[in-house]
Amino acid sequence: MKRLSLAKAGLAATTVFAMTAPALAATELVIATVNNGHMIEMQKLTPFFEKAHPDIKLKWVTLEEGTLRQRVTTDIATKGGQFDVMTIGLYEAPIWSKKGWLQPIATDAAYDADDLLPAFRDGLSYQGKLYAAPFYGESSMLMYRKDLADKAGFTMPDQPTWAQIKDLAGKMTDKSAGVYGICLRGKPGWGDNMAFLTTLVNTNGGQWFDMGWKPQLETKPWKDAINFYVDLLKKDGPPGSAANSFNEILALFNEGKCGMWVDATIAASFISDPKQSKVADKVAFAQAPVAVTPKGANWMWSWNLAIPASSTKSDAAQTFVKWATSKEYIQLVAKEAGWGAVPTGTRKSTYANPEFKKAAKFADAELKAISSANLSDSTLPKSPYVGVQYAAIPEFQAIGIAVGQQMTAALSGKVTVDQALKAGQTAAEREMKKGGYYK
Amino acid sequence: MSSPSSSNTRLLPRALMAPAIGTLFLWMIVPLCMTIYFSLVNYNLMQPGEKTFAGLDNFTYFITDPDFWPAVWNTLVLIGSVIGITVVLGVLLGLLVNDPFPGRGIVRVLLISPFFVMPAVNALLWKHMMMNPNYGVLADLWRNFGLTPVDWLTDWPLLSVIIMVAWQWLPFACLIFITSLQSLDREQMEAARMDGSNAFQRFFYLTVPHLARPMAVVIMIEMIFLLSIFAEIFITTSGGPGNASTNMTFLIYKQSLMNFDVGVASAGALFAVIFANIVSFFLVRMVGKNLD
Amino acid sequence: MNTVAQQNPVVSSPTQFAVQKPPSQFLPVALRTAGAWIVALLLFFPLGWLFLTAFKTEQQAISVPPLFLFAPTLENFHEVNSRSDYLLHAMNSLITSLGSTILGLAIAAPAAYSMAFFRTKKTRDILLWMLSTKMMPAVGALLPIYVMAQTAGMLDSVSALIIVFTLSNLPIMVWMLYTSYKDIPPEILEAARMDGATLWKEFRHVVLPLSVGGMASTGLLCLVLSWNEAFWSLNLVAAKAGTLATLIASYSSPEGLFWAKLSAASLLAIAPIVIFGWFSQKQLVQGLTFGAVK
Repeated sequence: MKRLSLAKAGLAATTVFAMTAPALAATELVIATVNNGHMIEMQKLTPFFEKAHPDIKLKWVTLEEGTLRQRVTTDIATKGGQFDVMTIGLYEAPIWSKKGWLQPIATDAAYDADDLLPAFRDGLSYQGKLYAAPFYGESSMLMYRKDLADKAGFTMPDQPTWAQIKDLAGKMTDKSAGVYGICLRGKPGWGDNMAFLTTLVNTNGGQWFDMGWKPQLETKPWKDAINFYVDLLKKDGPPGSAANSFNEILALFNEGKCGMWVDATIAASFISDPKQSKVADKVAFAQAPVAVTPKGANWMWSWNLAIPASSTKSDAAQTFVKWATSKEYIQLVAKEAGWGAVPTGTRKSTYANPEFKKAAKFADAELKAISSANLSDSTLPKSPYVGVQYAAIPEFQAIGIAVGQQMTAALSGKVTVDQALKAGQTAAEREMKKGGYYK
Repeated sequence: MSSPSSSNTRLLPRALMAPAIGTLFLWMIVPLCMTIYFSLVNYNLMQPGEKTFAGLDNFTYFITDPDFWPAVWNTLVLIGSVIGITVVLGVLLGLLVNDPFPGRGIVRVLLISPFFVMPAVNALLWKHMMMNPNYGVLADLWRNFGLTPVDWLTDWPLLSVIIMVAWQWLPFACLIFITSLQSLDREQMEAARMDGSNAFQRFFYLTVPHLARPMAVVIMIEMIFLLSIFAEIFITTSGGPGNASTNMTFLIYKQSLMNFDVGVASAGALFAVIFANIVSFFLVRMVGKNLD
Repeated sequence: MNTVAQQNPVVSSPTQFAVQKPPSQFLPVALRTAGAWIVALLLFFPLGWLFLTAFKTEQQAISVPPLFLFAPTLENFHEVNSRSDYLLHAMNSLITSLGSTILGLAIAAPAAYSMAFFRTKKTRDILLWMLSTKMMPAVGALLPIYVMAQTAGMLDSVSALIIVFTLSNLPIMVWMLYTSYKDIPPEILEAARMDGATLWKEFRHVVLPLSVGGMASTGLLCLVLSWNEAFWSLNLVAAKAGTLATLIASYSSPEGLFWAKLSAASLLAIAPIVIFGWFSQKQLVQGLTFGAVK
């Protein structure tokens, strides 16, 4: 008799326990991301996601770009499983999806993948499937001080030429007042000075590698581009250009020291923010300058969320990735932080929104810049690689920094441009030979 | 010193050293073997699963980099300069704060504090707040004297790195010397003074020999750390312009880690170990006897 | 003991090592005070600048010319607090640093003691070998260690960090403790042994009090090295075992102005260790008065 009631009690307890168990087991997602403003914003909105999906908890690992890239690559290549969602750039996406390291993103009608800007959607797809969801995208453009241009009597066309820019820079420079006509990146790095210089080379009709994968650093377009760059910065650039990357020039521009700046479109949101910029109301935008060809003159970059193929938490990860790159998310950011803070460069609907256009004066210029960039057709002569301001091959990082160091040496006057290009060519050839592209 | 002769106590020293030696041995040997293995194969993280034998290819590749010998030279200059600056200034500062004066405690904390800052923050601090030729404090100082600000990171990249690293390591040297000077025999100093010797003689014949061992310790320890300076270079100059501030560690990073080429990275690491052994051999000949 | 005293009149009694504060012969007091303060303030200036920047807005932080006078704000500290889990990172830093320091001292002290007082022909070689284990640049050893940690299932764990830190700092600790043990005049140990002390009593009553200063500075050094260790802290951890070094990394070099926030984050990161350093500094001074012998 007692045994029976005990058994009943045991059964009842087990049933109760089984019913409550799923509610206790929440999936924990570890998300690796860059420490840029938009991602920090996403982190801040975690409570909204967790409320809508109580069975998923988010844990964040925020790192600076270079460290992040190294960490996630090591993790995914060794199948470490440390991260459930990774933030990867437009550079990694094609390489990794071809290797089968990523899970395709399961898009549905509610997600509206057609709303994604075609440039990024195509760049992140492999064999018809989307392998990483674009979280935030950008191009490059020209940002300039309208007041200084007016003073020089110059009306900026929508797409100026570099010759015009050189002329205007000379007029804008006023060293006694500490104003320099143009500020450009100079710090060595494939994503630092080489990002800009690649577009300069592109627009001068050059390319990184010809169809036989031979580096082209000693061709005329490279010589023209680098000579132009070195002369321009020497004459009208600020001191310390050789160590300047995005943040340093941003600081200079915000302090009113730069007349013009060609860089990532996200800079536009910073320099027009009165809370950090002293010249917020004096800036205007145009397309990146061109020389011989408009191809490849403005770059393309996006930060995307991807899921490792070996992930054991696919469902939760997919839910999160789709949430963070959805239209609803953009609306959420707009509500919580204002339209000026939404991640741009991903969806057509964002740019169609009048409130967004009102809050972001640079929206039209940015959309135009993104739409005019083409990952597979960014050079005048045909190229074997994809990528506008980089070449999406694994060897590119090392080549980029080696050449970048040489460009900085030329800029600082330590070597001539020809010597720098020769050294860069040697370094690039070494890497390509080692990578087995040719003997 | 009389040494206990029972067989028990001959075992004791070995037993005392065993944990340290044992754990360090494991810590050294496993990564070393793996590194040697990796350096002899073609192993790139981007192409996992394909580990073909490469023989000495990785080593040849690493050493034929046009930046290899400049990197070796830069490493030597960096180590030599920082050790020189920190030892000399460290001894002088140690002497300065050796004897009491008002506020000595606070001064000592101030002297030691740069060591508490993370190297990455240190690099950013110097790059942006001190050395930037536009909005840095040093630029402002130069302008106040009517001079054009020095573009530290462009024109003097290695010197800038040396300054940053010396600033960070000076507190370490100070700490060791301050601690050691406290055990300086004062009666002996007093006796020497009464015998009519002057300050310089006392310094060279009493203080310096006493500090010989701490100096040797500072030199050897700093050498080890300075060989692998990386964060400061990465954040400020990225090894440039050209290869002016590239050292061995940065070369390994640039050559191989950027590529995720573990084979070449391991070859580079072995070169760094050989290089370190050579430098250490020379240093030991110079200061080694002071260790006893 | 008498013979020793007769042969070496300077070492007549241990109490002489007590700091007696005779008048200094190294420059007059006023000059020394001024000199010491000026040098200390100059060397400290960059840190002071970091401190000031933490209370500026981002715009003030980049102003040309640099601002010395400004209206301070606490917004950066609010941001750091709300954005990152400071307490979790601080706890992890505390656990890993203290853990590795204590573990390291426990392993290093006996070894250093043995090498200082039971010297053999091989002692110097062992010391140099220990230092040579640090010759492999971490950059090169990254993948082997990463794979080892992964195989042991210890990625993203505080224990892995403690082990790595302990073993990284062990050579330094052995060296520094060796030095401070060697600073103890052997005659004192002679005296204790003649008095019939066992090895353990000798250690506890003679060596330990005399070397407290050395152990304190060794401990402090190891603590700081572990606290600031940024390479392994970034590569071996993910979300759970992040230390303050990981926290700082998340404020470093994003796209957009960050110096004020980074300064605030750095201050919060070094605050615990500066406080600790201040207290242990007193310990340094206290331990160095050899008057504790008799």
